[in-house]
Amino acid sequence: MGVFWTILNPLFMMVVLSVVFSNLFKFDIEYFPVYLLSGQLIFNFYNEATTSAMGAIIDNGPLIKKIYVPKYVFVLSRVFSSSINLLASFTALIFVMLAMRVELHYTVLLVPIPLFFIVFFSLGVGILLAAVTVKFRDIMHLYSVFVTALMYLTPVIYPMSILPEWLEKIVLLNPITNILIMFRDVMMNNAVPSITSVLLAAAEVLLVMAAGLYVFYKRQDTFILDI
Amino acid sequence: MENMDIISVDHVSMRFRLASEKVDSLKEYFIKTLKSQISTNEFWALKDVSFQIQKGDALGLIGLNGSGKSTMLKIIAGVLKPTKGSVAVRGEVAPLIELGAGFDYDLTASENIFLNGALMGRSHEEMESHYEGIVEFSELKDFIDVPVKNFSSGMIARLAFAIATIGTPDILICDEVLSVGDFRFQEKCHKRIGEMLERGTTLLFVSHSIEQVEGLCNKAVWLEHGNVKMFGECKEIAEIYRTAY
Repeated sequence: MGVFWTILNPLFMMVVLSVVFSNLFKFDIEYFPVYLLSGQLIFNFYNEATTSAMGAIIDNGPLIKKIYVPKYVFVLSRVFSSSINLLASFTALIFVMLAMRVELHYTVLLVPIPLFFIVFFSLGVGILLAAVTVKFRDIMHLYSVFVTALMYLTPVIYPMSILPEWLEKIVLLNPITNILIMFRDVMMNNAVPSITSVLLAAAEVLLVMAAGLYVFYKRQDTFILDI
Repeated sequence: MENMDIISVDHVSMRFRLASEKVDSLKEYFIKTLKSQISTNEFWALKDVSFQIQKGDALGLIGLNGSGKSTMLKIIAGVLKPTKGSVAVRGEVAPLIELGAGFDYDLTASENIFLNGALMGRSHEEMESHYEGIVEFSELKDFIDVPVKNFSSGMIARLAFAIATIGTPDILICDEVLSVGDFRFQEKCHKRIGEMLERGTTLLFVSHSIEQVEGLCNKAVWLEHGNVKMFGECKEIAEIYRTAY
């Protein structure tokens, strides 16, 4: 029953959005609900994981002040608990695809690749945010604005084809776009992700992780003084 | 000789920035940078503190409020990193710095036993084997499935003490813990600490009560305003301490 609830939320969300958008804007996309749900799945995970990771150190301040605990554990636990929700949403997506009789291709078996990328990308961003938010609390508010902007720069609800050329370039610069396109390719389009996009995603994930870990390890001894 | 020191504190200094000077948002940071108000008003809680503890010693930290006792304990427990100097600890530390640290107040007592165990790096199986002992020592058999938020402070203290003192840790750190709980429970704690000392645990003990320190410890460090005023045999220091205050 509990599992059912967790997939219910993304399902309802998808129903609402697909009703709104298939009536309001007429995007020429086959299986629009699936397109939308897959975009939501990736982006909502990123949002949830990074936002909750951001508060991981501050929220566990009382504990950090009293006992020695490796501090990255708190960030890790937040991101991985969001990953459980990601798997629940993924199950919901599969159900919707079955209900809408979307053809499932063998490329679906490649889905761990984009999921792996988005989890570790979010982890890297989350570690970085968790470390800097301890010192600068108002990043929390700024970040929620940033995420909203980022959502519109990710093709979650709209197809890439409606974008003018200059905007398309910007949207493609967003690392989440690349991962999302990869995800949709294997789920819906029966396409194997190209080597370039895999390498690009891997490089971006490595870069973000390295930056996050560097800042975190550099700052972690001063956390306790700022909490 | 060097290897005999289970804890060696080497020229440790600890600096805190005073709360009024703290910048904790980007907004303040920018405004203060523009107005060039970022000042460095510092407070040294510890200044060049050094001492060594041998295995099996019981060391009492004494001093007035604000003399740096708790900061010293936190540095030894690894919670704080010293600004200067280093601390080498050889062995497993059971910290009792604040009773009830690491409790999730929404969980029940029995769940908290395992949660706290995990925080100290003990496996579920290990805690399972100590479970009965903890319940018995804390005398909370009837309340074991009650969320900890409904506990009285004495009950929390009992539970926390029971969890922290399971097994025989190499080093036990106690910060004014024994001032909570009733007389009978204090006795019980003293007895337990005594037993642990006999089994070779090293004790670090902080208290205002010089009697408690004298009763438990063989060595003492007297801190005053972050400096070591005296370090040596507990009896001698206790006498001077008493006459000083």
